[in-house]
Order: sequence, then C-alpha cells, then structure tokens
Amino acid sequence: MLLMQINTAFIIEKVILISVILMGSLGVAMYATWAERKVAAIMQDRIGPNRAGPFGLFQPLADGLKLFFKEEIIPDRSTRFLFILGPCLAMLTACMTSTVVPWGPDYVTSAGRVISLQVADINIGILFVFGVVSLGVYGIMLGGWASNNKFSLLSSIRAASQAISYELAMGISLIALLMMTGSLSLRDIVSQQHGFWDGHWFTWNVFKQPLGFIIFLICSFAELNRAPFDLPEAESELNMGYHQEYSSMKLGFYLFAEYINLFVSSAIIITLFWGGYNFPFMDKVAGGVSPLLFTIVCVLVLLTKVIMMILFFMFIRWTLPRFRYDQLMRLGWKSLIPLALVNMLITGGVILWVLK
Amino acid sequence: MYEVLFWFLTIMAIGCALGVILSRNPVNSVLFLIATFFAISGHYLLLNAQFLAVVNIIVYAGAIMVLFLFVMMLMNLNADVEPQKSRLAQLAGMIAGGVLFLVILAALRTASLSVLDKQSNDIGLIKNLGKVLFTQYVLPFEISSVLFLSAIIGAVVISRKEEVHSTVADGSVNTSDIK
Repeated sequence: MLLMQINTAFIIEKVILISVILMGSLGVAMYATWAERKVAAIMQDRIGPNRAGPFGLFQPLADGLKLFFKEEIIPDRSTRFLFILGPCLAMLTACMTSTVVPWGPDYVTSAGRVISLQVADINIGILFVFGVVSLGVYGIMLGGWASNNKFSLLSSIRAASQAISYELAMGISLIALLMMTGSLSLRDIVSQQHGFWDGHWFTWNVFKQPLGFIIFLICSFAELNRAPFDLPEAESELNMGYHQEYSSMKLGFYLFAEYINLFVSSAIIITLFWGGYNFPFMDKVAGGVSPLLFTIVCVLVLLTKVIMMILFFMFIRWTLPRFRYDQLMRLGWKSLIPLALVNMLITGGVILWVLK
Repeated sequence: MYEVLFWFLTIMAIGCALGVILSRNPVNSVLFLIATFFAISGHYLLLNAQFLAVVNIIVYAGAIMVLFLFVMMLMNLNADVEPQKSRLAQLAGMIAGGVLFLVILAALRTASLSVLDKQSNDIGLIKNLGKVLFTQYVLPFEISSVLFLSAIIGAVVISRKEEVHSTVADGSVNTSDIK
C-alpha cells in the first residue's frame, strides 16, 4: 500500500478540513429543512415558519431541540440492535460521500505549501461515491425490517428495489460521461471543466452530455427518495414509511440524513456536470486578486451552484405529484436504461469517429 | 502498519465468515456476509487493487446482498426457526462441502505464491486493468458476457411465468452483468 507523506501539519490540515466539511454539510442540511418549508409555503401561497427568530430562521434549532427531548421508544417486538443500527447507517453513509468532492482549487501558501480543498483525492473517486450510495439503502432496509411493522417492511422493500433499479441507469449514464473525461477522479473531472468556454465549445460537461445529465438527475431524485419518487415514504399508502416506529432523535437522524444526502448529491451533480468550482472568466479573476481571495471566491461559487441545485430539487418536489409504483419501475427499466444505453453508444461513436 | 491492517482484516474476514454459518437468524447471516465483503475489499486495497475493492463493494455489498436481504426479510417475517432438514440432505451437504474443501486445499498446496511488489502502486488501476482485459483476456471476457446474457434471458423467461418475483429476478442478474 502506498503510504502517503504523513506529518503533523498534514494531519492538522485534514482534521480541520474534515470538521469544516462535516459541520458545513450539517449546517446546510439544517437550513435545507427550513428552506424546504419556506419554498413549499411560497409555492402554495402560504407564509411558512415565521415564529422562531427573524423569518423563522431558528426553526431548525427548535425542531432539533424538540426531537432531542422527545421520549425514546423502542418497540417491544423489534430487533433491538438492528433497530438502532438503521439510523446510524443512514447518517454514516450520508456523511461519507463528501470526502471526495473537491470543494475548491488547490491553495498555495506563501511558504510554498499546497493545501488541497479535497479530503481524499482517490483515483476512483466517482466509484467510491457509487459504492457509498449503494450502501445507503441498508439504513432504510434494516430500520424498516427491524421495526417489525408491515408498513415499514413494505416501505423498505420499495426503497431497496427502487434504489437498485435506478442505480443501473445512473451507472450507465455516468459511463458515457467517463468516456468523455477519461478519468474517474473527481478532481480531474473538475479541472477539465476549467473556465466556461475553451474556444470551440463550453467546457462544462452538461453541454457535452445533456442527455446523460438529465438521466443522472432523474436517477438522483429516485436515489434520494424525493418526490416525485418518494414511494418509500408515501404517507397515503404506508402511513409514514420505514420510519414509522421511530421516535426522538432516531427519527431525526433519518430525516436529517435525507437532507445531508440532498446537499452532497447536489454537490456531486455540480462537480460532475456543472463545472464544480469553475466559473466564467475565472482566469481574469485569478490574475486580479490574491490567491486566498480567489480560493474563497471559487468555494463560494461552488456553494452558490449547490444551493441553486437544492432549490431546484425543492421546486420539483412541490410541483410534481407522486408516481405510482408500476410507473416508477416502468420509467426506470423501460425508458431510462435504454435511453442511457443509446446515449452511451452515441457518445462512444462520436469519440471514435468525430473527435479522433 | 501494513502488518497490523493485514491481521485486523484477516481476523475480521474469518470471524465474520464464521458468523455467517453459525448465526441462527438468516438476516444476521446476511449482515455478517456483508461485513466479510468489506474485509475482503480491505484486502484488495492492501494489494493496491482499488478498482477491484470498490467494485466488490458496489456489486456484492451494494446490489447482490441488498437482494439477498430483500428475500430474507420477506421469508423471515414471522419466525426465525429454520426447518429441520432430513438426515440424507445433511449427509449430502456434508459430503459436497467436504469435497469442495479438499479441492481448495489441493489447489492451495500446489500453488506457487508470488510475492507482491509493495512499491508498485499502479497494478490495480482501472486503466491497466482495462488494457489487460481487452487485450490479453479478451476471449474469456467476451465469453463471460455471453454467460450473463443467457442469465438475463433466463431471468426474463422465469419472470414471465411468475409475475410477482419479476423485479427481484431482473434486478439481480442485470446488476451483476452491468457492473
């Protein structure tokens, strides 16, 4: 195994980076719950949370506090260990994906030290994301089964089959993208999308793989269990879904993991398709300001894009009605997978005969 | 560091593999099996085969074991008592397992263990793997794809007869094929 150059400065740097990213994703997820309510309220011509603090900004804190002080109930007939493991796994997998996202360009200090704004640049970054995402369904499955409740079980089965069906189309749409980039490392994929216009065509992958982006986006909706694909928690059919028996902070973990997933997958979509931290005229900006300021601008650009993506997810949720389960499966297996395969073949043909 | 990791992963793999066959509850067996896959992926990482490690997790832990768990959960709804097999079936199982064990033992006895170069860190990279697969081993690779194709067709045929299980059958075969 290749052992990296590990010294104290390196460890401190990474610990700080990891804490900032973890706290950041928790914070964004916290305010995503607030934003979701506000978006829903605005779209339904209501006011939304406005009691706790200005514009209801302290509402997430109040919610968290409420969940902490609720009584903790573990059902008598449940499988105790797995019942506790479920929300833990959901939270763990939600937090793990952010390690491979490059949050900004490398920052070179005046002492010549290069600080990377990515926790780990592994050369199979996108496959790591896939691995963690494919494990994410265990939290829901185990929790649903261990509750010993028929509705929870049905919900967890729905979640598992939905996740597996849509992972396929997602993987195939990514293969087409990876044929263009020729690299599995997220850092390489971002640096290939430098700037906005390379003289011939846009550099961002969304302009090179529009169909792939749409397929990937639809599959992300399904993987995130968000409307219009929120079948696992369809309250009109399954009461509450897999977290029906959960109370207190365990329920909070499930709900919260969903919003962390929303944040991280928006970051992944932005990184893969919308240029990551790159923005138009970034070379001119880099020439004009100090390196530190440039890095901050890049991170802010990435965060702005991510927040726009999250808002898009929310607009869709409050616009479209929920799919029926057979419609969901038909869309996944009979539309998205063939479409993704055709997209892959066309991309391969174009690379082989047009670009070479 | 390397030694510690190796022994940790080895003990974890063997312990979890024993847990698979010793636990009474099938769901626990599946969970132990998932843990075993993680330990094996760790071993792949120690051997510099990152691609293999991550694909092992995606395909086995992420897709196939989800389907296993899926089936176990449906079958295990009411009781976790396993049905008693007849003596004959137990004997047949013992003989079959013992023969497999002997074959593995014989293969291990004659195998020559090549030493891994710990300094080289690119043998498991996806680029080298792809080159080897599509040049040196292209024929076995294509033949295995035909095998998967026949498995897909088989799954479709089965699911035609039993509409209820169609999602499970389709999912398992197609997943292993694509990845």
